[in-house]
Amino acid sequence: MLGTTFLLALRSILRHKLRSFLTTLGIIIGVAAVVTMVTLGKATTAAVQQQIAALGTNILQVRPGQGFGRGGGGPRPPDFEPADVTAIQQQVTGVTAVAPQAQSTATAIYEGANWSTTINGTTSAYFVVQPWPLTAGRLFTPAEEGAGKAVCIIGSTVAKNLFRNVEPIGKRFRIGDISCDVIGLLSTRGQAGFGGDQDDVVIMPLKTVQRRFTGSTDVRMILVGVDQAYSTAQVTSTLTDLLRDRRHLTGGKPDDFNIFDTKQISDTLTSTTTMLTQIVAAVAGISLVVGGIGIMNIMLVSVTERTREIGIRLAIGAVASEVLMQFLVEAVVLSCLGGVIGLLIAQLVIGVLTPVMQVPWTFDPQINAFAFLISGVIGVVFGYFPARRAASLNPIDALRHE
Amino acid sequence: MVAEDSFISLRGITKVYGEGATAFQALKGVDLDVAQGDFVAVMGPSGSGKSTAMNIIGCLDVPTSGTFRFKGFPVETLDRDQRALLRRKYLGFVFQGFNLLARTSALENVELPLLYRGDPKAERRETAMNALDKVGLKEWWDHTPAELSGGQQQRVAIARALVTNPDVLLADEPTGNLDSERSVEIMELLAALNREAGITVLMVTHEPDMASFARTIVHFKDGLVDRIEQGNGAKAVTP
Repeated sequence: MLGTTFLLALRSILRHKLRSFLTTLGIIIGVAAVVTMVTLGKATTAAVQQQIAALGTNILQVRPGQGFGRGGGGPRPPDFEPADVTAIQQQVTGVTAVAPQAQSTATAIYEGANWSTTINGTTSAYFVVQPWPLTAGRLFTPAEEGAGKAVCIIGSTVAKNLFRNVEPIGKRFRIGDISCDVIGLLSTRGQAGFGGDQDDVVIMPLKTVQRRFTGSTDVRMILVGVDQAYSTAQVTSTLTDLLRDRRHLTGGKPDDFNIFDTKQISDTLTSTTTMLTQIVAAVAGISLVVGGIGIMNIMLVSVTERTREIGIRLAIGAVASEVLMQFLVEAVVLSCLGGVIGLLIAQLVIGVLTPVMQVPWTFDPQINAFAFLISGVIGVVFGYFPARRAASLNPIDALRHE
Repeated sequence: MVAEDSFISLRGITKVYGEGATAFQALKGVDLDVAQGDFVAVMGPSGSGKSTAMNIIGCLDVPTSGTFRFKGFPVETLDRDQRALLRRKYLGFVFQGFNLLARTSALENVELPLLYRGDPKAERRETAMNALDKVGLKEWWDHTPAELSGGQQQRVAIARALVTNPDVLLADEPTGNLDSERSVEIMELLAALNREAGITVLMVTHEPDMASFARTIVHFKDGLVDRIEQGNGAKAVTP
């Protein structure tokens, strides 16, 4: 019997193709919107997580100052001392490596080309804290670090702009006031998401930068690698206590340094994008409900318009439940068809938007199945009332209906 | 005449529409018997109660009081769905306005009662084609009502009423929308079905010419059976 009802519903839908399409348009748009939004939202979350992972996970970035801004007036908080680095290494548990950093900017010149870039003075611990493989050459030797030799490892942007078609390894170029030998070439890391091009950098031993560029032994930033077995929160807490002690911050004095936990930022961004996705999906979900009301509206019109037809069906012996089922199945088939079309459109839109938004293309079977299910449920919920009305018609009145 | 022996038997049937001051009594105690195989024309001015009586006999409506037995079975005890099943099994309907489904082929229209009966597809097709053949429209099976003339549409409607092999065919002004030539064709078709297939036909009409095809003519007046006379149909079979 259900097969027959299904057949009747399909016949009736195909008999009014344009109206069927318009009826289900709300569902089509609703399903397409929900699936697109959720899929793109999840893709964005994944992309954000990827970018954060590119910065390195389980890394604490320790900087002087409060948060990102310098905060109000007052004297600028002092940079760290080399002894701070040693102290962290020796006294904080759960630390894999500690890399001090001193930064400067200078113009690099090689033959005709010049390129203004960032100089990053650090130690080989820098490459232990965050995995950043070389494509060619080698890292600093302890001797080079200790002596503050003019050797450097260059980022791919610098290599491209300064050396063009020349193999950079072993070449000597001018940077600021010194000449420097290229000993290593870094692999491309890409955009940091925030903070610009990570590959536009020249890395030298810390001592070289301190002597030749910054002119002091100050350490601008300390990168602390955290052992997987320890929580970053726990290490952050120990680290804070140590630094407060070393920087003579007593009592209620606020921290004059900040610890930037990439994992925590990653978690925060993830939960933010997830929440935004949910909000947008909820808004799109409302359009699904509106679509359902559209179906109910047209089905009610359809029942009125087809009163005579219902009368005929009742007269030739259809029982109330058969008429109810006919209209209910019609509504469900309509809304499910709308659901399928909506899913197809969603895939199309996602396919077009993912390259534009620079997020990975994904197919989420869960949200697709869920949206389809919802379209079916909407058919049942909003189709029931009109179907009930059709089934309760009096055959005599229905036959007389003009 | 004993009620239990009758094919269709109405006793003291009343029907009141509305309540209180606005109540309207359409039937005021109708007694009527119809024998199996009869061809009955029901006549009377509008408001005489003939349509109400037909709706009750067609199990589309229930009387306010009185008993209606169909094949000896008290129909007034049946609920809405049971009456629908009774219609499905024993009754066929032909209406003044043809009442075919628009944008639906003649064959699909005729198939409709079989769909509700749950016949398999191939069988349904064959039965419906046979019914169309009986009314002379086999060649027109794939035409929609809009592509058929009024007379042809009424033939399709008759085929639809016949397709389930009903005991009774109820026709409500079947020639009301047709010219006289088509009307005669339809009446001849109904008379032939009555004569050859033994189907009991009940027909409401206000045209005496059409009523004369029947064996029995029942006149309604003011909610009661006024008089019953013999039609030409009876003379034809008893020469």
